[in-house]
Amino acid sequence: MDSAAIALLIAATLNAGTVLAIAALGLLINERAGIVNLGAEGLMLVAAVAGFATAVHSGSDLLAFAAGAAAGAVLAAAFGVLVIWLNTNQYASGLALSLFGAGLSAFVGVRYTQEKLGPRAHYEIPGLADLPFIGPALFKHHPMVYVALALTVALSWFLYRSRAGLVLRAVGESPESAHALGYPVRRLRLLAVVAGGALCGLAGAYLSVIYTPLWVEGLVAGKGWIALALTTFATWRPARVLLGAYLFGGVTMLQFHLQGQGVQIPSQLLTALPYLATVVVLVLISRNPTWIRINMPASLGKPFHPGS
Amino acid sequence: MLKLEARPQASRAMSIASPLLALALTVGVGVLLFSLLGKDPVRALQMFFWEPLKSPYALSELAVKATPLILIALGLALCFRSNVWNIGAEGQFIVGAVFAAGVAMQATPDTGRWIVVAILIAGVVGGMVWAAVVALLRDRFNANEILVSLMLVYVADMLLGYLVYGPWKDPQGYNFPQTITFLDVTKVPRLFTGLRVNVGLLVALAMVGLCWVFLFRTYAGFQLQVGGLAPQAARYAGFSSRRSLWLALLASGGLAGLAGGLEAAGPLGQLTPYVPVGYGFAAIIVAFVGRLHPVGIVFSAVLMSMFYIGGELAQSRLGLPKSITGVFQGLLLFSLLACDTLIHHRVRWQPKAVSRRAATSPTSEQKAA
Repeated sequence: MDSAAIALLIAATLNAGTVLAIAALGLLINERAGIVNLGAEGLMLVAAVAGFATAVHSGSDLLAFAAGAAAGAVLAAAFGVLVIWLNTNQYASGLALSLFGAGLSAFVGVRYTQEKLGPRAHYEIPGLADLPFIGPALFKHHPMVYVALALTVALSWFLYRSRAGLVLRAVGESPESAHALGYPVRRLRLLAVVAGGALCGLAGAYLSVIYTPLWVEGLVAGKGWIALALTTFATWRPARVLLGAYLFGGVTMLQFHLQGQGVQIPSQLLTALPYLATVVVLVLISRNPTWIRINMPASLGKPFHPGS
Repeated sequence: MLKLEARPQASRAMSIASPLLALALTVGVGVLLFSLLGKDPVRALQMFFWEPLKSPYALSELAVKATPLILIALGLALCFRSNVWNIGAEGQFIVGAVFAAGVAMQATPDTGRWIVVAILIAGVVGGMVWAAVVALLRDRFNANEILVSLMLVYVADMLLGYLVYGPWKDPQGYNFPQTITFLDVTKVPRLFTGLRVNVGLLVALAMVGLCWVFLFRTYAGFQLQVGGLAPQAARYAGFSSRRSLWLALLASGGLAGLAGGLEAAGPLGQLTPYVPVGYGFAAIIVAFVGRLHPVGIVFSAVLMSMFYIGGELAQSRLGLPKSITGVFQGLLLFSLLACDTLIHHRVRWQPKAVSRRAATSPTSEQKAA
């Protein structure tokens, strides 16, 4: 493999990791507030359709991203009201959201399976993009790739350096204490769930509008679930989420690369690689219970009823 | 302002009324949806709730779809009751079908009818193997069973794809990704001539009885449920959570595998990439709507297969996408979870202004005194 091919592989890895990174950062916000959202897959599917449809009708990628984020936020809000105010089981409600999202996206999306988006814009960072090797690898990406990076930095700063982030973590660690201090625990949790849903939605729209760019039923293909696994893999730290996302992006790209090279491995085994990698990574991380618990929000998945 | 107030005791009436209320809500949304799409809602409702019941043929088709749903949902109910979140039944179903097909393809024209038993056992083993991977990784390495079981669905799908595109491809199949059509001797016996419903339905109903006895009449079933409801009490009583984990996963994997075997050697008669049709995921809804109770599951499985058949009819007669089935399934589970709130809570109307004044100033009675 020559250096130009390696540069392209790095570029493709960053691109593939971006979808996972944005969704997983959203789920991280959720989980830091103590809520597990198993509906991520469904959210991303609905947002992918919403984004794709908006892009087809309006021709604007920005509007498409906004539509995806809005769709994610609305669905997440419904989930949030259910689990935070009605105290329904978080796992069951998340599953309901995933199943509902899969059905709804397939239903709405049928008429968009034949649609095509116009030629995609090409982005380069002036000056830097002309550098040998580094240019094609790092500086010829869709702006969303850099947005994922910026989001990671912003979220790290927010969680560990800002007062609001401290409150959010408190809500996930010990909602009782946060409540006793006078913080509106349920409203803050809902806010976190909606923000997380918006980011998952953004990731879904990026997937269907920029990354693939097309719509087929089941387009997300488990990326929502892998994003959920990434938050565990990252032991709930933003920087490690980004790292994990690129790692999985790399596995996905390696699979395409090997298929392209005509390696004598069944293509189905290669396609299964990202899913197998998720299982392996989960096993490696979870093996050490103390290590995983260090950063895990103490009230993750547990309901909170104030004043009862 | 509407306010939720905890009931002193869970309402028994509501726990039965809640699934019916959820169904009513789903139907309500359905009527709205059909009207918005410009379709006659009465005709649409007929397709979902009358057509599947109106003839012996329709009833047989209803049973064909309900059979796998009952089997898979029974296993999931065992898992969910023991707080094991196996959501990869779809994968266990696929691997069950694959194992069963492996045996079915060994049949020759001289093979006896006993091979059907071997096929179904192979299906059970296949499902158990796939679920055992989840149990092992959870037990030994503490890996999250939700994510592991789900990832294995995708892997099972690829395994099926590999086999039907590769080593198991029918040499005379015009290059279609499919296995040979299984010989007639491997077919699960049908109950009536001319109808597709087969012995699998009786097997499923027998399993309903078996699960009921296990859950409510055996010590092991009691241990499993306590482990799910009150893990600390279970530990204190010396019940093994590891044993419950393995038991629940192997039972549910086996049942999903059996469903896969029954499909392969029943209605399908060969393997294609289209073996998975989402029964494993729909069964999650069946289990919840059936209150995780074996008898309830029979009712909810029938309801869910009405959704399937109604969806197919809506496609062929109203020109709506078949995925409307998925929309209704998801909606049903959503509304059920919301309605379940009423089991432990009741809704009270509390005028906002009054409640605020009551909190800040003495009430009129106190003033009068």
